[in-house]
Amino acid sequence: MNLVGSLFGSSIGRKILMAVTGVILIGFVVGHLVGNLQVFQHPDKLNGYAQFLHNLGPLLWVARIGLIVAVLVHIWAATALTLENNRARGSAYGVKHTIRATLASRAMRWTGLVVLVFLLYHLAHFTFGGVQAATFKASLAPHTMTADYSVAGFPVIKAGATVPDVHAMVVLGFQNTAVALFYIIAVGLLSLHLLHGIESLFQSLGLRSEKWSVLLRRAAAVFCLLYFLGNLAIPGAVLAGKLPPPAKAASAQR
Amino acid sequence: MVASANSTQSISITLRVWRQAGPKAPGKFVDYQSANLNPNMSFLEMLDVVNDELTLKGEEPIAFAHDCREGICGTCSCTINGKPHGPGKGVATCQVYMRAFRDGDVITVEPFRAEAFPIIKDLVVDRSAFDRIQQAGGFITARAGSAPEANALPVPKPDADLAMDAATCIGCGACVAACKNASAMLFVAAKVGHLGLLPQGQAERDKRVLAMVSTMDAEGFGNCTNQYECSAACPKLISHDFIARMNRDYLGATVRAAFKPESMASGGGA
Repeated sequence: MNLVGSLFGSSIGRKILMAVTGVILIGFVVGHLVGNLQVFQHPDKLNGYAQFLHNLGPLLWVARIGLIVAVLVHIWAATALTLENNRARGSAYGVKHTIRATLASRAMRWTGLVVLVFLLYHLAHFTFGGVQAATFKASLAPHTMTADYSVAGFPVIKAGATVPDVHAMVVLGFQNTAVALFYIIAVGLLSLHLLHGIESLFQSLGLRSEKWSVLLRRAAAVFCLLYFLGNLAIPGAVLAGKLPPPAKAASAQR
Repeated sequence: MVASANSTQSISITLRVWRQAGPKAPGKFVDYQSANLNPNMSFLEMLDVVNDELTLKGEEPIAFAHDCREGICGTCSCTINGKPHGPGKGVATCQVYMRAFRDGDVITVEPFRAEAFPIIKDLVVDRSAFDRIQQAGGFITARAGSAPEANALPVPKPDADLAMDAATCIGCGACVAACKNASAMLFVAAKVGHLGLLPQGQAERDKRVLAMVSTMDAEGFGNCTNQYECSAACPKLISHDFIARMNRDYLGATVRAAFKPESMASGGGA
């Protein structure tokens, strides 16, 4: 078999695809979280950041297409492997027994599915505006930058520029308790997914060994906890009233 | 399963056994009562006793695979209460003793379940898929003849020890039976790792891993989801580290197979 045939056609090749696309997606969700945590700073930060990403133009599309391909390959490999796995067992055991497989590892397909549903909702919510259209960035009054937004020392968005008010969209979007709770549950399940996924990708790429497996497991657990807390912070702060919607914030400042 | 105390209190159990007359016949669980069992008899001896009673009653005895009864041949293959080779760690079914159970227990005995291990009868499964994987590359093509001089090819002690860890695989199939996906990765990884760690195995290292994995896939085994049930059920406690090693070997061999130049010569040569 050739290289592509081996990767897509063999058991280990597909595991490697799962691992590599997993690394790409983990990289994305971490970057996404770090960017989003700017919501806790002045609205200039998140709005400038969003405008900066939009201004990337073709580069943004390279990243988007890369991520879409990673998601599709990840889902395709998971589906193909799972179907084969179900076939491989044949008749089920009368007594089902688990020796040491973790809850996270056994829930992978369910946590993955919830994350997929969440991903579609999240895109409809903040990217396309299909749900909660009233508080979508396109329906809100634009934000006028009070200061420059700089990336690596370069002022990419100048003060005085009018940009879509992403900060207000996020805060208003999470005013809906059900939506905020759904986000919290989904990122919780994603963290559980990553708990097995991170450890697993090292094994699939042949990098894990007994010598440092405990360190790896703990590091993955710490990473997932921090990732969850970071994600919990945004809807959590809105629910707790720590991130007031713009009108209230404006009146509070006066 | 070394006894902590040699109990002599006899026990009675209910044995719930998978009975299946042939490969195509439908199977079902059948309960058998067995009383007055010596707790120090092995699990297979208990099956012998139950079979003696069945034979006396004119019933068909339970078919089960067994050979050496000392944990080195890999023939015995029962799933006991959902765990291949039953309770205990690092033992085969033949090394399980009745003292591992309590008086009045219901013990469910099933065959190893995998599409690639079709049931022949009752608890006996056909594990020749493993033989075909071995035949695909689990050997070293070497000159046959008398044993070579022992020090002609030095092998570092750590490598020899690690290779021996993999070489303890008895090919019983418990890894497949324990895996949630009926994957044979631990077995194949043990064979690939064993030869891949030794200098004699280097020449065919890439060819071996590609051929064995390809045969494993063709035999209909599942895929690894890194849950490590296999190594926990392994009677030789072979580490799933060997699966990581095989994944790495497979990736390297695939890349090398794609880019390594090949000789233009078309056959012949000395």
